[in-house]
Amino acid sequence: MEGLTLSDAEQKYYSDLFSYCDIESTKKVAANGRVLELFRAAQLPNDVVLQIMELCGATRLGYFGRSQFYIALKLVAVAQSGFPLRVESINTVKDLPLPRFVASKNEQESRHAASYSSDSENQGSYSGVIPPPPGRGQVKKGSVSHDAVQPRTSADQQEPASPVVSPQQSPPTSPHTWRKHSRHPSGGNSERPLAGPGPFWSPFGEAQSGSSAGDAVWSGHSPPPPQETWVSFADTPPTSTLLTMHPASVQDQTTVRTVASATTANEIRRQSSSYDDPWKITDEQRQYYVNQFKTIQPDLNGFIPGSAAKEFFTKSKLPILELSHIWELSDFDKDGALTLDEFCAAFHLVVARKNGYDLPEKLPESLMPKLIDLEDSADVGDQPGEVGYSGSPAEAPPSKSPSMPSLNQTWPELNQSSEQWETFSERSSSSQTLTQFDSNIAPADPDTAIVHPVPIRMTPSKIHMQEMELKRTGSDHTNPTSPLLVKPSDLSEESKINSSVKFASGNTVDGYSSSDSFTSDPEQIGNNVTHQRSHSGTSPDNTAPPPPPPRPQPSHSRSSSLDMNRTFAVTTGQQQAGVVAHPPAVPPRPQPSQAPGPVVHRPVDADGLITHTSTSPQQIPEQPNFADFSQFEVFAASNVNEEQDDEAEKHPEVLPVEKASDPASSLRVAKTDSKIEEKTAASVPANVSKGTTPLAPPPKPVRRRLKSEDELRPEVDEHTQKTGVLAAVLASQPSIPRSVGKDKKAIQASIRRNKETNTVLARLNSELQQQLKDVLEERISLEVQLEQLRPFSHL
Amino acid sequence: MAVCVAVIAKENYPLYIRSIPTENELKFHYMVHTSLDVVDEKISAMGKALVDQRELYLGLLYPTEDYKVYGYVTNSKVKFVMVVDSSNTALRDNEIRSMFRKLHNSYTDVMCNPFYNPGDRIQSSRAFDSMVTSMMIQVC
Repeated sequence: MEGLTLSDAEQKYYSDLFSYCDIESTKKVAANGRVLELFRAAQLPNDVVLQIMELCGATRLGYFGRSQFYIALKLVAVAQSGFPLRVESINTVKDLPLPRFVASKNEQESRHAASYSSDSENQGSYSGVIPPPPGRGQVKKGSVSHDAVQPRTSADQQEPASPVVSPQQSPPTSPHTWRKHSRHPSGGNSERPLAGPGPFWSPFGEAQSGSSAGDAVWSGHSPPPPQETWVSFADTPPTSTLLTMHPASVQDQTTVRTVASATTANEIRRQSSSYDDPWKITDEQRQYYVNQFKTIQPDLNGFIPGSAAKEFFTKSKLPILELSHIWELSDFDKDGALTLDEFCAAFHLVVARKNGYDLPEKLPESLMPKLIDLEDSADVGDQPGEVGYSGSPAEAPPSKSPSMPSLNQTWPELNQSSEQWETFSERSSSSQTLTQFDSNIAPADPDTAIVHPVPIRMTPSKIHMQEMELKRTGSDHTNPTSPLLVKPSDLSEESKINSSVKFASGNTVDGYSSSDSFTSDPEQIGNNVTHQRSHSGTSPDNTAPPPPPPRPQPSHSRSSSLDMNRTFAVTTGQQQAGVVAHPPAVPPRPQPSQAPGPVVHRPVDADGLITHTSTSPQQIPEQPNFADFSQFEVFAASNVNEEQDDEAEKHPEVLPVEKASDPASSLRVAKTDSKIEEKTAASVPANVSKGTTPLAPPPKPVRRRLKSEDELRPEVDEHTQKTGVLAAVLASQPSIPRSVGKDKKAIQASIRRNKETNTVLARLNSELQQQLKDVLEERISLEVQLEQLRPFSHL
Repeated sequence: MAVCVAVIAKENYPLYIRSIPTENELKFHYMVHTSLDVVDEKISAMGKALVDQRELYLGLLYPTEDYKVYGYVTNSKVKFVMVVDSSNTALRDNEIRSMFRKLHNSYTDVMCNPFYNPGDRIQSSRAFDSMVTSMMIQVC
């Protein structure tokens, strides 16, 4: 094909049309969609269109390249001018008017501020979708609804009714109009196969301003202009003439529209009039939307439920599919309800859609619901959005602005139900992506259930507990009665027993118990024990356990003496080290009771002596491990039955024991009270107490006795001889603490012992709990692994 | 990453099924259909307890030589089935879970649309389509 020469106006016009049809910007337009719509809008017979296509070479190519497109347009102009379609006629026909496309004409008009007929046209094109807008629409409806051939006269008739856009409009707007209009004959446009190579055609440089081309186009739409007028327009900027036309047409349009709009229901909506942002909602529009919102939801800050919105928008008679898409776009927060902003956006989109604008893939910025929900702020926000809106490839025709005032002027004349649509510029959606935005907000995933909880260590560590106890006992060390402290020192010197550690613990216990359990009744040692136990029971749970009872002498503790000793030795090394000095603080009462008994020089009553002696034999056998008192054991064994005699004999020997026995006796008493049946001499404890009070019972030996008591208990059976002694001694012990002083010491000793027991037990408990937790953790982890492996078990 | 994504209604008819049309789509449709049995089996196995305790993600339903089928069921007995290429070994379970999560969210959004009648085919939601496309495109 020979090269195509186009005038500047044509060049501009064609380029606009091409860019309009070139949706994908691939520089070639497929033979469907807009191109076909465009050609149909040319109001040419189908065969003519086919011929044009073949001529331009698109048939061969299968698509419209730019050159083919331009040629086709030229041919359309030729055909419209009445010239025979020939290749040669492209260039031969001089002063060919620009091809006239009815649809495009409407679009162009509608896009211009002055031309509001487009909405009517578009609405008419939707025929049936919307009742015809103002009368102009009705007029145009007839023309628009015809696809292929339309009498030009009708088009001409429409022209006066629908004045062309203002001359200042730049042709670039035409593509938008094309696009807007292409929607109409969206039916079977894609059937024309085009093939053939297109002639090379070098695009002409733009000669004239866009306005001229636009003018030429518009002039084509102007009232029945002969082709000459187009030509003349192409040559000379007919802006003046057009201008004269436009205002009148605008007025006509508005008036017509006003009349027609009065008849329309709420389904007529006004398009945005902003040139900068085709999606911007004007104030009037927004007010209208708000009023509509109020009809559904009086509270402007409230929501419109989905069902109500569905009913409302269904009235617009848009396809459900499109309404669904509009909803997707406008429901910003995906809550199934519409706020005021969302509702306005949806309304606006419906309006746009009804006027032929494609729905954007994403919500335009200007339509995005603002965080501030009020109208004023929204309007303010619209404008910044408008400024920022840069999506439209076509520049917003500035000529819209002059028409705007006219529109605004006419607005008050219109009913609230009547709205004037302004053409939308090409809606390139530069708005943020709604859906993507929402997807970024990852809602709480119901599936992310934590399978296995992480066990938390509730109880303080055993070491921690021990430290706590150490602190307590340390404090106790400082506070306990000095005599008790003294005792350990004395005992430490004297004691050569391996269980000095236990003595220490016992000492602390004694010190503690003596300080804390002064008023405790020896008979209520059990209660003390329970009390102490309660301490130990709660200690595992408290990070700051109550002051642990002073470590009971290992010998007298209830638990197996061996374990206790071991535990104490292992766990309370530090403590016991410190306590070592103390264990001998409480010598067993019976011994002192016994000791002073036989001691003559002691200022003790004979009864006391007797009691002491009575107890001493009991105590003595309890100290078989004590090197110091082994002889006494023998004595005790031998003197069990002969208290009196033993007393006399034991006196010198028991003396040293006496001191130790005094504190131990209290403990022994405590122990014996709880463990050994009481026997005989009630006075014995009294005497013992008396005997022991003046004494400074060496704690260590006492402790040893106590310990030996525990150790001996299992050994009692072994020693038949000693069992009786032990029994006697132990039996006598319960009676000993009857005396006041002895009572106190015995109680204290028992309390200490029990507290020590409690602490040890508490430690054991915490250790076991910790082990339990570890095991539970392991179990849980194993279960998790099992679950993970489970899916594969089905396979 | 998915080769085929399907949304099955409670009555076991497909609401949405889409696959990469590189292969015979019918094969994928058949795989999804057969996987429904496995889904029901898993639901019934866990369904003794309260529905709330049942986990929505069902995991690997069954593997074939070329593909693995994963399942997910909502509390309203709407099932999501996803067919994944077995050669995609890098796909971890967590990723499958996240994909199902996105599916579920998109499905919820579709449900929120008052213009969507529950039980209809999901053909109107471009957001849903785009989300599924994003999931499937990653394979290539």
